[in-house]
Amino acid sequence: MLSNIFKKTIIFASIALAAATASAAEPIKIGSVLSVSGPAAFLGDPELKTLQLYVEKINAAGGVLGRKLELVHYDDGSDAGKANSFTKRLIESDKVNILIGGTTTGATMAMAPLVERASLPFISLAGAVVIIDPVKKWVFKTPHTDRMAAEKVFEDMKKRGITKVGLLSETSGFGASGRKETQHVAGKYGITLVADETYGPKDTDITAQLTRIKNTPGVQAVFVFGLGQGPAVVTKNYGQLGMTSVPLYQSHGVASDEYLKLSGKAAEGVRLPTPALLIANALPANDVQKAVVTGYDKTYRERYKAEPSTFGGYALDALNLSVDAIKRAGSTDGEKVRAALEGTKGFVGTTGVFNMSPTNHMGLDLSAFRMVEVKNGDWQLLK
Amino acid sequence: MKMMQSRHAGLLVLAVVLALLPLVLPNSFYVDVAIKIALNAIVVIGLNLLMGYTGQISLGHAGFVGMGAYGSAALTTHFNWPPMLALLAGAAATGLLAFALARPILKLKGHTLAMATLGLGIIISIVINNEAQWTGGPDGMSVPSFTLFGLTIAGEMAWYAVAAVLLLITTWLALNLIDSPVGRALQAIHGSEVAARVSGVDTTRFKVRVFVLSAVMASIAGSVNAHYVGFLTPGIAGFFPSIELVTMVVVGGMASVFGSIVGAALLTVLPQLLQTFEGWEVVVFGMILMATMIFLPKGLVPSIAQRLRARAVKGA
Amino acid sequence: MLAQFLQFLYSGMTVGSAYALAALGFTIIYNTSGVINFAQGEFIMLGGMFAALLAGGGMPLPLAIAIAVVATGLVGLVMEKAVIEPAQNAHVVTLIIITIGASLTLRGLVQIFLGKATHSLPPFSGDKPIEFLGASLLPQSLWVLGVTLAVVGALAWFFGRTLLGKAMLATSHNKLAAQLVGINTRVVLLLSFGLSALLGALGGILVAPITYTSYDAGIMLGLKGFVAAVLGGLGGGVGAVAGGLILGIIEAMTAGYISSSYKDAVPFVVILVILFFMPRGLFGAKISERV
Repeated sequence: MLSNIFKKTIIFASIALAAATASAAEPIKIGSVLSVSGPAAFLGDPELKTLQLYVEKINAAGGVLGRKLELVHYDDGSDAGKANSFTKRLIESDKVNILIGGTTTGATMAMAPLVERASLPFISLAGAVVIIDPVKKWVFKTPHTDRMAAEKVFEDMKKRGITKVGLLSETSGFGASGRKETQHVAGKYGITLVADETYGPKDTDITAQLTRIKNTPGVQAVFVFGLGQGPAVVTKNYGQLGMTSVPLYQSHGVASDEYLKLSGKAAEGVRLPTPALLIANALPANDVQKAVVTGYDKTYRERYKAEPSTFGGYALDALNLSVDAIKRAGSTDGEKVRAALEGTKGFVGTTGVFNMSPTNHMGLDLSAFRMVEVKNGDWQLLK
Repeated sequence: MKMMQSRHAGLLVLAVVLALLPLVLPNSFYVDVAIKIALNAIVVIGLNLLMGYTGQISLGHAGFVGMGAYGSAALTTHFNWPPMLALLAGAAATGLLAFALARPILKLKGHTLAMATLGLGIIISIVINNEAQWTGGPDGMSVPSFTLFGLTIAGEMAWYAVAAVLLLITTWLALNLIDSPVGRALQAIHGSEVAARVSGVDTTRFKVRVFVLSAVMASIAGSVNAHYVGFLTPGIAGFFPSIELVTMVVVGGMASVFGSIVGAALLTVLPQLLQTFEGWEVVVFGMILMATMIFLPKGLVPSIAQRLRARAVKGA
Repeated sequence: MLAQFLQFLYSGMTVGSAYALAALGFTIIYNTSGVINFAQGEFIMLGGMFAALLAGGGMPLPLAIAIAVVATGLVGLVMEKAVIEPAQNAHVVTLIIITIGASLTLRGLVQIFLGKATHSLPPFSGDKPIEFLGASLLPQSLWVLGVTLAVVGALAWFFGRTLLGKAMLATSHNKLAAQLVGINTRVVLLLSFGLSALLGALGGILVAPITYTSYDAGIMLGLKGFVAAVLGGLGGGVGAVAGGLILGIIEAMTAGYISSSYKDAVPFVVILVILFFMPRGLFGAKISERV
């Protein structure tokens, strides 16, 4: 008797449970592989924090298409091989709908063939031009390319009549790619690279390389392509060697207040291209990006009590672009989302205003960079 | 007789496990992990022959892996060589380099040898990083797919078959080597180099041979991995992968071929498992390393084998 | 010409003295236990990080430095007690793996609790560069060099004149004999880790104003310190300092005169060549192996 009732209860419960799960909306899975540890942690850590923070916010506001977002992320430890493995895991095991990540170009290029094979949209957070040129069907990216950084800097140099430049680049992926692009576009702006030195990302003293550049005849400006603490060491050494009469330009890799803190007085007069986020509060009220960047700045500081980084901004833009594309596509179907991403027009992000197309999977132009100069220990927007 | 039996038994078990594994793995991601384990195991078996049997420590073996990988990548991409030829050329070049450096390096002992091999590995990775026109530089390069006689190896299952077969061959070779006169010479060297020399073993010649063999094995595994993943970065030849390899040898068990496979398996799977410890992966990994070495100082397989033997003796 | 050469030389001496301090730490532990402590770099990092965070939080610099050094010394003691002692009679390679595990754990803990940002320390006596013979030197570099030499002198006095120091030396020469004459070798080992941690921390604090510090600052410094120690022969203070300075100077000269992209590779080549001719290192003792 009892066992009969027991059996019936089980059957009833199973059906009820099945019905319940069937009607519960499946979450939209966003997969991400970021370099949260290792040499690129400086980039990956704010990227992860931003994604986590905003997925939470979006879910609190009701999710997307009535479904919650679920972030599935893995840390590749700044190793492209691991990035490849984790991407397989995201695609095969976790069955994600869209991928955001690839903190470094190496990781992105290791992930790209997999998303192409699996027909999943992938928004990369890495800088090199090669990610979107030649265009890969399923790969997009949000950061400016290193080529754009070089062009923005050269634009400014040309305005000031500078023609002979000494280049100092980092041996990391960011620096090496930046060096290649800088060499590529220098001629377009009438600039000759009279010196071409490199330094390692963890170098503690770069005076030898700077001395060589200093002694190169005719050098009118120095352009440093690197990220993190290396350029800060360069700046300190620059001051130590008394080179401050020669203008120093940096790349967007050091568009952060941390750079100012580390370099101290020697950073005075340094110029670099930056996304609007860095100078959020100094932007004029009618600037098209003002609302977005000040919003991100405030939200990030509130939660993490730390300066938001422009790299975190890339991740936010990738997330928002994905959400926007999914909404416009009306589903998470890979091809529909991909097509929607390509159709993104006039999307205001922290990095700039995105206008994508089938031949342009990045969507930014030089106006997404603002030239700034360090004056009295703070950033000043150059006109 | 008994030794031969156990050698064949181990190999048979391995073959059965490798054959049945794909049937129980849920999806191709797991097969991917299995492939990575197999390829790591090949390098580790070679390194174990060097470390466990001849007692030479190498902190730069990932450099040889990198040479094979980039050799294959560069020759197939820039010079359109057929992949098999590139693989063999890479292995030959690595072997030659190892041979040229073996005599001077192996004269050093202990920490000096460690530093010399460390230096070698780092020099190789720096060269790979800098010579961007051949290697793509720090952002890496793509590797064309592996074609042989018009057939392309594609998909996880095909590569699994390749990796599994290579692992079986390597294991068989290593076991045979250890049980041969060469192997006995190696074990003698490990026991006491001076005693071995006094008994007439040409220790230098054997050490050089093992060094070259382990380098060639690393190179081949590197080439296969390059074609499988399809993308390379200079990081594969650097300091950390070298340390990872040494750790696999020691954790699995020095002077144990099956220990090498276990060590490779454990340390390849561990980072995947540790992902649940968000943020704490490195700490937990470090603690597992320390705990394993404190409680099982001989490595997993020898320690377990020892316990089983003790139990067998007690029972008898 | 001369000015350029001198600039490279100063640069080499600056990084070289940082390597020298790292090398000292390796040497001390190696001498008392035969272990290559791969966590030595982390001791350097901890000193710099603790000091930077305390000073950044408002604590006066001398107090921050003192606390940082002592705290790191304690970490060294804990590490020895917790993970080295239990594995006492293991194979050297096993002990090395344990130190690698320890270095990963320390680095991981710092990453979690102290963050991934880069930090700086204010230089001890200002940062106005000193012009000397046409090239500029930071005052902090003189501090690093000066303190390193002072430490070497202090260690020579310690090992040569004090009972405890002599006990440590005895243990390094022959552990069994030392035990037989009543030296508590376990305490000696414990103290050697503490001392190396202390020295490492001091080094990290001295160079932080020049090189900055972050959770992964220990990796490169530890590696180069190891190289410098081996070059110097893993024998004593003089070898460590010589090894460190030579390594730093070769690096700077390579960057200055040959190629900046190979400035990390060339020193290794040079060192390998030196080791082929002098396998015991520059100042390594000639040991006769007992069969």
